[in-house]
Amino acid sequence: MNHLPQRTLMQKWHLKSLSSVLIFVILLIGSAKVCGINWSSLNQNFSQFFDLFKKMAHPQWSYVTVVIQPIIETIKMALIGTTLGSIIALPICVFAARNIVTNKIVTTSIRFLLNIIRTLPDLMLAALFVAIVGIGPLAGILTLAIFSFGMVSKLFYEAIETIDSGPLEALQAVGANKIQIIVFAVLPQVINNFVSYFLYTLEINVRASTVLGYLGAGGIGVYLQRSLDSFNYQQTAVIILAILVVVLIIDGLSNYLREKLL
Amino acid sequence: MKKFNSKNRYTWLIVAIIIVLVYWWSFQGISFSGIKDSAGDVVKSICNGLIHPDWKYIYDGSGEDLTSLIVQTLAIAFLGTFISALLSIPFAFWAAHNSKEIIGHPRSNSGKIILTVIRTFPEIVLAIMFIKAVGPGSFAGVLAVSIHSIGMLGKLFSEAIENMDYRASEALISVGGNRLQVLMMATLPTIMPEFLSYTLYRFEIAVRSASILGMVGAGGIGTPLLFAIQTRNWSRMGIILIGIIIMVTMIDWISGNLRKKLA
Repeated sequence: MNHLPQRTLMQKWHLKSLSSVLIFVILLIGSAKVCGINWSSLNQNFSQFFDLFKKMAHPQWSYVTVVIQPIIETIKMALIGTTLGSIIALPICVFAARNIVTNKIVTTSIRFLLNIIRTLPDLMLAALFVAIVGIGPLAGILTLAIFSFGMVSKLFYEAIETIDSGPLEALQAVGANKIQIIVFAVLPQVINNFVSYFLYTLEINVRASTVLGYLGAGGIGVYLQRSLDSFNYQQTAVIILAILVVVLIIDGLSNYLREKLL
Repeated sequence: MKKFNSKNRYTWLIVAIIIVLVYWWSFQGISFSGIKDSAGDVVKSICNGLIHPDWKYIYDGSGEDLTSLIVQTLAIAFLGTFISALLSIPFAFWAAHNSKEIIGHPRSNSGKIILTVIRTFPEIVLAIMFIKAVGPGSFAGVLAVSIHSIGMLGKLFSEAIENMDYRASEALISVGGNRLQVLMMATLPTIMPEFLSYTLYRFEIAVRSASILGMVGAGGIGTPLLFAIQTRNWSRMGIILIGIIIMVTMIDWISGNLRKKLA
């Protein structure tokens, strides 16, 4: 056996990587066609875009007093919505964890349901709830509750599945029932993870709730829409800065708390 | 065991009081609009519409049907992710730091701050700004997705660079490779799989956001969805919802499998 190893035709011409590059380029050209990309129009109108920036560079500071109230409402909406969603998620996620509920049909069907809920975009839920309960913060709270329910429940059941099974078996051995096992063996192990995921969701929800109002679901988004529709970009700039400040504060606070917990 | 001293015996009490106060505060002053009288009927007709979706809307050849708009949504997400992946590479090298000290690093810190600011800028606001610049349509959506994604991709990429394995580049330097050679033969091949995996992950998210950008007129499936909700055309909304759910689930599944192959 003194001959060199032969490369197959596929390896010799790098057919696999070449064809994936080819597919990628075809997809790229195809999507550019579908979207009607026109770079020259971007070049032509870019001055207008910068014009917008110039207007935004001079925020109308007196507008700050108007913005404070709705931005506090936004934070409150996010807080209540996230809490509501997490409370509903708590019992559901126990049923989705494979190490607690051994019935495969139950866990699979609940996971399927949770997957469907997770695919619903938050803005779409907001539009729907505005149609159901009318314009106002209640629509925003319900939207955030469902949105965070979908997100938190997945994180929760994954946390439950990674726990140490020792305490579970110990409790089982002394004859504890399911509820006792969950309360005394599962919860103490995952409670820190739960709080950390809750804070993470709250952070995302604060970001999300700033635009929910765009469809009439309360909070700062209503003002965002109003200022944009009336071409009052100096006010828009104030709103965006306010959102930025709030998001940065919540980010920092929840990062600090999460580091303390884990 | 943690030592129980008088100092932290009461900390839980303080934490509990703070939590109660925060919730008490958050329920204050929220003006609940109350449930509309028609809410029950609306829910009933929504459920009815969801059970009887408007099957004819799937394809009618007009270019405004579900299939072509879903293809458009995917195209927006694909192009947006591609452009943002290219644009975020320089940002990532800007924000990454290799030395141990975190605080005294002006270049890396300034890059990180810029990425955070880009991340917090709402996508919808970007979409509206680009609509003003290039007119309504999917091009504005592509631009909004690509600018917004820079914030997240730049952060993920810079973390990938920070955690990079330097042995390959050290080997090339030791045999006398110049900077370009080190970049092409060692740095890029080492970080490429991670970059691709993050880009795919971002593509999943971009599909979701592209499906709602249409609500402000930036192309894709969002426009007919909002229109269907506003005109209370629930069977039309049902079919669009089914379309979005199938699209997102399939993209998640495909990209999850591809990412497993890369890792």
